[in-house]
Amino acid sequence: MPVHALIVEDEESILLSLEFLLTQEGYSVATAQDGAAALKAASARIPDLVLLDVMLPHIDGFEVCRRMRANPALRNTRIMMVTARGRETEVELGMALGADDFLTKPFSTRELMGKIRILLGKTTGSPPA
Amino acid sequence: MIRPTLKGQRLVALFLLGWLMFNYPLLSLFAGNARLWGIPLVYVYLFLAWAVLIGAMALIIERRDH
Amino acid sequence: MLTGALIVVISFAYVGLLFAIAYYGDKRADSGRSIIANPYIYTLSLAVYCTSWTFYGSVGRAATTGIGFLPIYLGPTLMAALWWYVLLKMVRISKAHRITSIADFIGSRYGKSHLLGGLVTIIAVLGIVPYIALQLKAISASFTTILQYPNTLVSFTSETMPFVQDNTFYVAMLLAAFTILFGTRHLDATERHEGLVAAIAFESVVKLVAFIAVGLFVTFGMFDGFDDLFSKAAAVPELNALLVQGGAGGNYTTWASLTVLSMLAIILLPRQFQVAVVENVNERHLNKAIWLFPLYLFAINIFVLPIALGGMMHFPAGTVDADTFVLTLPLSEQKTWLALLAFVGGLSASTGMVIVETIALSTMVCNDLVMPILLRWKFLGLTERADLSNLLLAIRRSAIVLVLALGYGYFYLAGEAYALVSIGLISFSAVAQFAPAMLGGLFWKGGTRLGALYGLSAGFLVWLYSLLLPSFAKSGWLPITFLTEGIFGIDLLKPQQLLGLQGMDEITHCLFWSMIVNVGLYVSVSLWRRPTAAEHSQANLFVDVLRHVAAGSGSRFWRGSATVADLQTLLGRFIGPERASESFAAYARSQGINGVEQLTANAVLVHYVESQIAGSIGSASARDMVASVVVEEPLALEEVMTIIDEASQALAYSRQLEQKSRELEAATNELRSANQRLQELDRLKDDFISTVTHELRTPLTSIRAFSEILGDNPQLESDQRTKFLGIITRESERLTRLINQVLDLAKIESGAAEWHPSALDMREVIEDATTALSQIYKGRGIQLTTDLPDGLPVVYADRDRIFQVVLNLLSNAANFCDKPESKVHVSVIEEDTALRIEISDNGIGISAADQNIIFEKFRQVSDAMAGKPKGSGLGLAISREIVQHYKGRLWVVSTPGLGSTFAFTLPLPRSKLAFLAA
Repeated sequence: MPVHALIVEDEESILLSLEFLLTQEGYSVATAQDGAAALKAASARIPDLVLLDVMLPHIDGFEVCRRMRANPALRNTRIMMVTARGRETEVELGMALGADDFLTKPFSTRELMGKIRILLGKTTGSPPA
Repeated sequence: MIRPTLKGQRLVALFLLGWLMFNYPLLSLFAGNARLWGIPLVYVYLFLAWAVLIGAMALIIERRDH
Repeated sequence: MLTGALIVVISFAYVGLLFAIAYYGDKRADSGRSIIANPYIYTLSLAVYCTSWTFYGSVGRAATTGIGFLPIYLGPTLMAALWWYVLLKMVRISKAHRITSIADFIGSRYGKSHLLGGLVTIIAVLGIVPYIALQLKAISASFTTILQYPNTLVSFTSETMPFVQDNTFYVAMLLAAFTILFGTRHLDATERHEGLVAAIAFESVVKLVAFIAVGLFVTFGMFDGFDDLFSKAAAVPELNALLVQGGAGGNYTTWASLTVLSMLAIILLPRQFQVAVVENVNERHLNKAIWLFPLYLFAINIFVLPIALGGMMHFPAGTVDADTFVLTLPLSEQKTWLALLAFVGGLSASTGMVIVETIALSTMVCNDLVMPILLRWKFLGLTERADLSNLLLAIRRSAIVLVLALGYGYFYLAGEAYALVSIGLISFSAVAQFAPAMLGGLFWKGGTRLGALYGLSAGFLVWLYSLLLPSFAKSGWLPITFLTEGIFGIDLLKPQQLLGLQGMDEITHCLFWSMIVNVGLYVSVSLWRRPTAAEHSQANLFVDVLRHVAAGSGSRFWRGSATVADLQTLLGRFIGPERASESFAAYARSQGINGVEQLTANAVLVHYVESQIAGSIGSASARDMVASVVVEEPLALEEVMTIIDEASQALAYSRQLEQKSRELEAATNELRSANQRLQELDRLKDDFISTVTHELRTPLTSIRAFSEILGDNPQLESDQRTKFLGIITRESERLTRLINQVLDLAKIESGAAEWHPSALDMREVIEDATTALSQIYKGRGIQLTTDLPDGLPVVYADRDRIFQVVLNLLSNAANFCDKPESKVHVSVIEEDTALRIEISDNGIGISAADQNIIFEKFRQVSDAMAGKPKGSGLGLAISREIVQHYKGRLWVVSTPGLGSTFAFTLPLPRSKLAFLAA
């Protein structure tokens, strides 16, 4: 069973790049462009990993994170928040709301994949094929 | 804007150096009959020291340091 | 060969030239193109330090003491290194408080004390008037020398002639006229005299050139260079003795004390204070002067010893006074023109000193001696007089005449007396008495008025007793027993061997004792009593001046009632009603207020008026005058006077205490609200930066991610590569656009944007914009229609900017359209006062909540944009700024689901709005 990842990102081009990277890693990928769609997608199929943008229209990333954590079904889901604002307080808030890791845009794709592998307990992940 | 920091301190140091050069006992070292280029040594010394002092002041003032 | 008439013509022509230069300098200053606003002129004006005492006297001194003339120039060189702290502070304080003389400075530092200011003035006048006399004597002696050569080889012994036949008398009158003309042209708060400074700088060039010319002639014309001159001198036994008589002309103590004296003199002599502090145009000029001024001193001293030695070898011993070598050496070699140049050089050295010193002394006499007394005499009714400016000018001018008359009188009476010859160093010793109060006042907050008063008085008395009176005795005006046996025959009180102290020359002796009592009393009396509130606040202002950036602002809190009109009338009384109204207008402009009538009589205005008046009558009196208006009490002046006299110190103290606590309260409130404003601004700035950061990072993220993907995956298929590269290009363009717009907006908001208004036909602008976007509209299948009536009136605006607005609204409209049958319609409507341009679409519309925020920076109607290329979020903000710049409005009306209409107005030129804007 491949890892199932959910990417929540309203910027289309960033979404596209994340989708490419995770698919290449061999994950199955679902996408959402706003908070409501993200929550819906997460309950439709439980993801192992959520890449969650902070600045989302209507319901922002922190709220999405809080609601996901409130759902017992998503107990084992790893949530990595991604922000373009990069304030210390945001990292703290995200962590307090139950996020597992935090990444600041722009990011290195290798750093991203490294963090994801660690997060999923696959410290010896195969190099990108 | 005049920055009264490093430049000011350098100038004060220069003042102390100048006072030292222009007064007893350093001055007395150049007294006597000795001559340089036919001119009494103390005369040459005073004017040289004076020129050096002015040069150093110019250097401190005009130098752009960051 | 040189006739008296020629000499007289040349001297008067020279002074005439000074008039011309000063006149030109003033003209240029009036038209705002100062010729003295550069460090070189500033340095040259400082060289007023070199008087005829330098020009003629240095050679004379060198002839008797070898290098003993040098400390007088080494001291100022050393002091120049300290100017960075000392003079800068003095300049800044004086500019902030409109201080116009050294008396004013010291009085002001110690709680705006009349008594101290007056004392300093008296000391300065007593110490300096003989010095002025010395300059007049030099002029007179140089006349005699050049006229009677070679008959009276031993010159400087001119027999006294009736003053009506004395050329010097007329020179003195001419100088008085010059000083009155250019020194008191008008009363000005800054008391700066540009024309006068220009003339002084010119004189400094003349004397330097003349002296060096003579030096070159002696060294290379009469001798074969330095080497030749010095070796020939060495062959003469008595000259050789002079050259080798020890490093410091024989006495290191004298050497050191002369160095100290001249260090102090260069900042404390009234004329130096005048040129260095009062006439300073820009404190930055001080930087270069720190090394250029010593360079000037260096240059004018190079040839002193050669001229002295040359003269002593050339003339048989004792036949010619060494003081005249500069003139007599060229004369003896038949170099008439060189002698004339030297004569003019000496004249310039004397006149420069006399002019500046007279200005400085007369300002002091007027502001710190006469005015405070006149204002106290209530029967004169001066406090009620409407216009004091003429009276002030009259006092100034009388003071100038008085100072010069005193100088001439002293010269006339003293003649050859010892009292005149030795006066240079005696004057230096007098002004050195200001040093503890001045330097202490600059760097030590603990110095008090009483301390300064006691120290200064005691030092002055010692100077009087041990230097001035003995010089009188040596001139025969006092019994010589005063000197040899002490007053009343008391041995310990011998003026130049006080308490039996021996082994020092008279200058060192005076310096030692006067400084002991001066510094001693200044420090101990200051420490004895707590400073009063007024002293304390002035001490803080002076000592911490380099930390107080904004001069005056907040330095004085003030409560009371006064009207703007009262204050203007008050100022008018001192500087004349016209200049007062100009001054108020200038103040209003500086506060960003349109007219004088909108000014409020607040603390800042009161302080402004006070400092303006201070320029005319000194800071202590100015405070009293302002107080008389501010509390609107006829008795106020009387009251303040008594307070200053310490007759009711207790009353003053409690009043000051009360005032202090009110000041404190006001300051606290001000601080609190300022802090709140700051925090708000800070938050806004933070938000903006954080948003810009986000907007910049978003495209960067895509660019980086896809670049790395392309880099890590060389085997990607070509269509995928093309797609990814396309994204990178698009996002780069977005980044560029964003940066441009942020810069654009910043420019507009800060007011730095350039606007090029021209007459605009809106119809043409709109047509150009629709043409530019027609491809995009066609591509998206949106129908674009316009309704542009003929004969629209023109509006005045920047074409490119308005085009930018229309383009932005049109592309926004296109972005809102998502239906297959989308339409965008542009129309122009002529209203009474403006043109209204409307751009309507039938797109998705904007919710009521969003309508308010879309004009803010970086706000977009997010879901409306989903799936569409995004704008930067700055377009509408910029558009609104542009429209508002032309006093128009930009707004939106929209119904979600049905479409939006963006509209903006541009005022018509004849309408009232545009008229006001233009």
